[in-house]
Amino acid sequence: MEYIYYPGCSLESAGKPYDESLRAVFRALGLGLRELEDWNCCGATMYMSVDEALSMAISARNLALAEQAGFRDLIAPCSACYTVLLKTNRFLKENPELKTKVDRLLGQSGLKYGLSVKVRHPLDVLVNEVGVEKIASAAKRSLEGVAFAPYYGCQIVRPERGFDDAEFPTTMDTLFERLGARAAYFPLKSRCCGGMLMTTFPDVALQLVKDLLECAVENGAQCMITTCPLCQVNVEAYQDHVNKKFGTSYRIPVMYFTQLLGHALGCSEQELGLQRNFIPWTAPVSALAA
Amino acid sequence: MATVSVSPMKDHAPVPGTLPASERELRQTFLKEAEVVPGGGRISQCLQCGTCTGSCPVSYAMDLSPRMLIALFRAGKIEEILRSRTIWICASCYMCTTRCPQNIKITDLLYALKRTAIDTGLYPEKFPVYVLSKNFARIVNRYGRNQEMILLLLYYLRRNPFDLLRLMPLGIKMLRTGRITIFPKKIKGIAAIRAILKASEELELPREKEKVPYTEGAVGYRAVG
Repeated sequence: MEYIYYPGCSLESAGKPYDESLRAVFRALGLGLRELEDWNCCGATMYMSVDEALSMAISARNLALAEQAGFRDLIAPCSACYTVLLKTNRFLKENPELKTKVDRLLGQSGLKYGLSVKVRHPLDVLVNEVGVEKIASAAKRSLEGVAFAPYYGCQIVRPERGFDDAEFPTTMDTLFERLGARAAYFPLKSRCCGGMLMTTFPDVALQLVKDLLECAVENGAQCMITTCPLCQVNVEAYQDHVNKKFGTSYRIPVMYFTQLLGHALGCSEQELGLQRNFIPWTAPVSALAA
Repeated sequence: MATVSVSPMKDHAPVPGTLPASERELRQTFLKEAEVVPGGGRISQCLQCGTCTGSCPVSYAMDLSPRMLIALFRAGKIEEILRSRTIWICASCYMCTTRCPQNIKITDLLYALKRTAIDTGLYPEKFPVYVLSKNFARIVNRYGRNQEMILLLLYYLRRNPFDLLRLMPLGIKMLRTGRITIFPKKIKGIAAIRAILKASEELELPREKEKVPYTEGAVGYRAVG
């Protein structure tokens, strides 16, 4: 089984560990992951700010390219890209007028889109298609003793209703508990980390991140796992800033869920980009060092 | 970009219970923007229950809560909304929209307000969100993909260069762990992207057939719905 892969701009830079670990996980499971040739930005930041039409137009190019390459399932790991591509797909399906206009734009560069592509998040593909049992049988290391806080963030479950509950998703919980880990009680699992507010209104974003760290640490989580590159950076890279602002001393590893999954599947640290995480994943989690 | 004269002192409402001219114009602009929000007309169904404010993780930092926003719109005080921090602090987490018992697309309506503010020029100079999106558009137009480091550099240089000092330790860590693209490359199809970006300025999102029902110039609950 081969999937076409849309990394998104973030996974080429700050989200590099996510890209590396995702590829490693698919390799370990014997699944093909081919990067979409010459993909372009989905326009997420623009959409978040003000100009939705613009991001839809450039997103459509990616969908058209995926279709042209002969694939049906486009995997988009970045929550923002996932939301934008999903929404674009839906809008084009539901609005023939818009589709005609977009088709014209695409036609200028010799592309066309027949609405045959489905936008999927890797978490959805792994748990709902590949299946937890298949993953468990391919696991080389047990995650026994690992208490994780499953942090989904907001974009992956809202506003587009997809593969999990909009407020209390459980896909990651299910996956990792089957692999032996324990999901810490984490009611803020889909609460916003602040996203781009960390750049535009950092005070506000730092408060949101603090709420998340507090909840995870107080409920005994030894690490947090996340599905979004922006969430990971906000919650991990800014722990120093949070501590400085609030006089706290939080220090908890924050990994991409594919990093923890890859570890269970026997991948090496290097393969999973774990050396790129700011807070060593083995500190203070002694169970993971095995 | 239409400029609206917004000096309520000069054109105060001649008749009690009606809107001043500037408010009417803003309301028109906003309602036009709201037409691209599917179900945007449901704003008239708000029962002021406050679930949105209660669910909003950043409401504590807002000067006007989401609930207040809708109430103010119906009271004919859009200018006050547009001058508030609220619409810019929204993190787009969609919790309000998910929980609203009347199914009002609050987040998307806030986007409509953002667009109204930008269209009517009612935002402060060097405004964070505007600076960010303008620079983002420039970078995507140039490379076809966003370049995080360039975006942040351009943003902070324009807004507050001293912030770069505060973020330098973080930047160095990112550099050391290989999480920054130092040499950005243009995508092969960059010409196509530029053409699409240029043409999409004329691209209009589908508009709702049913307009938000409101009485021209009137104020309060009887004005909307």
